Amino acid sequence: MLSFRKAFAGAVSATAIAVSTLTLIPTIAGAEAPTSDVEAGKKIAMDRRKGNCIACHQMAGGEGPGNIGPPLVAMQARYPDQARLHAQIWDSTAANPASAMPPFGKHEILTEEQINQVVAYIMTL
Amino acid sequence: MNKAIAIIASLGLTCGVAAGLQASPQKDQENFQSFYMERFPDVPKEDFVNGIYSIDPAGRENWEAIEEFPPYETAISNGDEMWNTPFANGKAYKDCFPDGPAVAGKYPYWDKERSMVVTLALAINECREANGEKPLKYKKGPIADILAYMAYESRDQITNVEIPEDDPKALEAYEKGKQFWFAKRGQLNFACATCHAQNPGALLRTEMLSPAYGHTTHWPVYRSKWGEMGTLHRRFTGCNKQVRAKPFKAQGEEYRNLEYFLTSMSNGLPLNGPGARK
Repeated sequence: MLSFRKAFAGAVSATAIAVSTLTLIPTIAGAEAPTSDVEAGKKIAMDRRKGNCIACHQMAGGEGPGNIGPPLVAMQARYPDQARLHAQIWDSTAANPASAMPPFGKHEILTEEQINQVVAYIMTL
Repeated sequence: MNKAIAIIASLGLTCGVAAGLQASPQKDQENFQSFYMERFPDVPKEDFVNGIYSIDPAGRENWEAIEEFPPYETAISNGDEMWNTPFANGKAYKDCFPDGPAVAGKYPYWDKERSMVVTLALAINECREANGEKPLKYKKGPIADILAYMAYESRDQITNVEIPEDDPKALEAYEKGKQFWFAKRGQLNFACATCHAQNPGALLRTEMLSPAYGHTTHWPVYRSKWGEMGTLHRRFTGCNKQVRAKPFKAQGEEYRNLEYFLTSMSNGLPLNGPGARK
């Protein structure tokens, strides 16, 4: 019984992973992000306990921004490849070991879904 | 930014390099101090004792207004009373500190016999315990009072931490403190140096980050955010929590070594504690 449950649980989580991977594909491929993602991303970016991008980056519509990182402007021109922006948020120290930016994905500060939402939002800036 | 990396390279990455190339504490100190003086060329050297207010004119104005009726005065008078009140056994602090309360400038120091860094807070509690009194908690409350009194009596003494060359263990403790300061930690992956060497003067949201030169001169501090006094190790704890790292024990080996390194970086600066901060 126990081993059956274990096997069953394993099957479920494998499915969950497959499903969540599938849902990521359109975002990574650069398709237009749904408005709901952009809005959710903006909330995370401004939330002190989540992304808190505003603590270091100037962003249109964000009050009292910090200036440790560069202003987030012209993002589509700076990141024609959206996957690079995703990688930067996931772990910026991979590209620049001296980067002060927290590795949001690598250290599980944000979930994969939240990072995708933040990417969707940042790409509108 | 490039200079910040240079200071990190000159200080932080020397560990593990062949002994002959290893920077000495003396050299570290010169690099550290000249880094901040070059970064803030308009700040007179001695003004770094004022921390963030040496580089933030708006904050300084508020702070100077606060200093007219210092919020740490009660702590000084409480500490004065503690100093002059005998322990249950009839002895008092002055029996442990025969040179009087004005001795903050002698701490932290390397105790060769015990092979450890001794801070003033630690010495105060060791005095209490030697006389049958309970040790004080290290982050706030009465320890901050007695420290405030002793800091006040020690004002204008010059920071002069020695890393004795005749004991490799002293250098080891110093190196551990240095490593702590430069090591990224916590979920947010910040080192002390990330904010206070790479980014002093920059804004974290609306808060300006302070230069580390002078960080140790003005403790304990009445911090408006706390609404009370706190010790240097309380601040270390807060910084570690802020980057979502598990804080170490106040007055444990890690923070004592950190205090040893960080205080030595401010060698030559006068003591001006206790202080007031936002």
